Amino acid sequence: MTTATPTVGVGAQPPEKLTRAGRVRKRLNSRTATVVSIVLALLWTVPTFGLFVSSFRPADQIKTTGWWTFFGDPQFTLENYQQVLFSGSSSGRLASYFINSLAITIPSVLFPLAFASLAAYALAWIKFRGRDWVYIGIFALQIVPLQMALVPLLRFFSTGVTVGGVQILPAWDLVDEQKFAQVWFAHTCFALPFAVYLLHNFVSQLPGDLMEAARVDGATHPKIFRTIVLPLITPALAAIGIFQFLWVWNDLLVALIFAGGTSDTAPLTVRLAELAGTRGNEWQRLTAGAFVSIVVPLIVFLSLQRYFVRGLLAGSVKG
Amino acid sequence: MAFARSRQALAIAGVLGLALGATACGTGNDKGSDNTGSAECSQYEKYKGNDGKKVTIYSSIREIEADRLDQSWKQFEDCTGIDIDHEGSAEFEAQLPVRVDGGNAPDIAFIPQPGLLKRFADGGKLKEAGADTKAMAEQNYSPDWLKYSTVDGKFYGAPLGSNVKSFVWYSPKMFQEKGWKVPESWDDLIKLSDEIAGSGTKPWCAGIESGDATGWPATDWIEDVLLRTAGPEVYDQWTTHGIPFNDPKVAEAVDRAGSILKNEKYVNGGFGGVKSIATTSFQEAGTPITTGKCALHRQASFYANQWPEGTKVAEDGDVFAFYFPAIDPAQGKPVLGGGEFVAAFADRPEVQAVQTYLASGEYANSRAKIGDWVSANKKLDLNNVPNPVDKLSVGILQDPKTQFRFDGSDLMPAAVGAGTFWKGMVDWINGKDTATVLQGIESSWPK
Repeated sequence: MTTATPTVGVGAQPPEKLTRAGRVRKRLNSRTATVVSIVLALLWTVPTFGLFVSSFRPADQIKTTGWWTFFGDPQFTLENYQQVLFSGSSSGRLASYFINSLAITIPSVLFPLAFASLAAYALAWIKFRGRDWVYIGIFALQIVPLQMALVPLLRFFSTGVTVGGVQILPAWDLVDEQKFAQVWFAHTCFALPFAVYLLHNFVSQLPGDLMEAARVDGATHPKIFRTIVLPLITPALAAIGIFQFLWVWNDLLVALIFAGGTSDTAPLTVRLAELAGTRGNEWQRLTAGAFVSIVVPLIVFLSLQRYFVRGLLAGSVKG
Repeated sequence: MAFARSRQALAIAGVLGLALGATACGTGNDKGSDNTGSAECSQYEKYKGNDGKKVTIYSSIREIEADRLDQSWKQFEDCTGIDIDHEGSAEFEAQLPVRVDGGNAPDIAFIPQPGLLKRFADGGKLKEAGADTKAMAEQNYSPDWLKYSTVDGKFYGAPLGSNVKSFVWYSPKMFQEKGWKVPESWDDLIKLSDEIAGSGTKPWCAGIESGDATGWPATDWIEDVLLRTAGPEVYDQWTTHGIPFNDPKVAEAVDRAGSILKNEKYVNGGFGGVKSIATTSFQEAGTPITTGKCALHRQASFYANQWPEGTKVAEDGDVFAFYFPAIDPAQGKPVLGGGEFVAAFADRPEVQAVQTYLASGEYANSRAKIGDWVSANKKLDLNNVPNPVDKLSVGILQDPKTQFRFDGSDLMPAAVGAGTFWKGMVDWINGKDTATVLQGIESSWPK
């Protein structure tokens, strides 16, 4: 899209009224493009579809033949779902992991959204010394792989911070359900650089006239943020929200380390990793387990995808 | 029937999933039960005095087996008032170092790799086992076992569960029909293989695919054969790098293993040629035995749980195992195996009490009765072991003629034992020659 020449104003002749987005849309609406995208979509869906079919096949069938044999020799069972949802370690426990996943995910999405939008506004519209350096610093933090932060962060929770033998911050000493706080903290830390970066780009492109007009009318920064900025950046917030939701929902590593693997705090992914048994002999359960865990992200994505597309498009086309 | 029930169950789950979760959360431990003075509890007298304390255990044991663990120490918990909180994870080996470095170590870990145990001991992270634990362990386990959890003269914990890897799985039914006999020596084994190959069936099946651990079943093969060709002393030198990895004696063992594994006439029953070994998952590698497409499959005792549902595992059943025969039976009975060690990162009295209890004969019998468990504990009563293969394993472990050696890849540094050795074996199966493969592994040994 960057190669397209920018069209001049809105007042030109009707055929030139097409904006860049409009032209892209027109091109994407051609018949070839439709066919190609349908074929691509089908190809991408085949493995998931195979998994779906497998989840309804009996264990010995899954282990010995491919999912496509289902169509020649259909054998249908709900045994896998039965095992995943109700049996296993103790019956009905999957449900409690489900709650844990929600308890981890929802705050881990809301915290970064709140902090990042505030930070993005401050970095874009409040003039203070060293503002650019702070922004560059946050931007640069994105390149730090989160694996590098695991041990230091865990140490931060379990022993606190000491500098030269002086205890500066105490240990958190959390037990059982309180460990959720650690996971929220960790996910928020890991999400912030990217969220701030994305939102900053978005917020800084809002028309400055708006802010100025508000300020002339006597609005303070909190007021401007609440009444002008927040409503305008909703699509971007939704896009980041979806990203963060999917990432946290599917996360195993961070949860394993900061929440632990007990049923008090462990999310669905931890449970899924255990489902196959100590030596992986029950791996047929993973087919059904995968679909149980897909349900929620699917609902979130489908219900918010409007914003998702708008957020992405709005960010890129503006300018 | 089952279908209808499960569909109903699924529907309920769909509708009430969240509500169920809320109610399922409330499972608590009945502490302070009033049977602490009963006769059953008298055996736990010496562990008393830690009422209300909590001990956390971290291990790689999960699902059903974890439930059985919880069940096995339930009485101990009720009587002593110590609350044991067990957590099993598939990522145990990767997670444990992170937790320990992060200052969030569990009180006790069941460590299946002596190499990993040594690393923590060297790093000063592990606490030496208490005097009671040490006495209990020395009473119940042979020195062969204890040396694996002893680092620089300090003893760090007793073994817990074990498995025997020197087993060849076969079908007693098939053997009876065809008139084959269980071989007692290596020569018999080869003769039998030739006979089976002559009858048109490929005698052996094998599979070494196991996700990111692909290759490990082949390392067990090599270790098992090396124990037989060169003996336990050479084996010990090899695992500690006293002799180079590509010592001629090792090469000889690898070639001997190759005379079965890389012999197109012998493998891979039910799957294809030699190269199919690399792509067959270890969980499925033995299944052709149940369909008669393969006769022999060398795999550990824990393979008993991998057979398709409905397979009877017994001496007169569908499948069973025999001891992987020695080359010279006169020189004792080399046995390759594995197991986990109860190592502690804390030395509070309740932690030591649990450590001591887990090393005791009472615990071994309590756990064995629940099923699917093997231990080298000398106090373990064979009558308490319900499963025939486990019985056979315990019998082998308790046999005074047995020369037990731990799985070598768990003793070596992780870079080799869980890295180049595995990968080297995959290359070897795929056609690389023995010398090149061994040379490659040798050069990867950390200096």
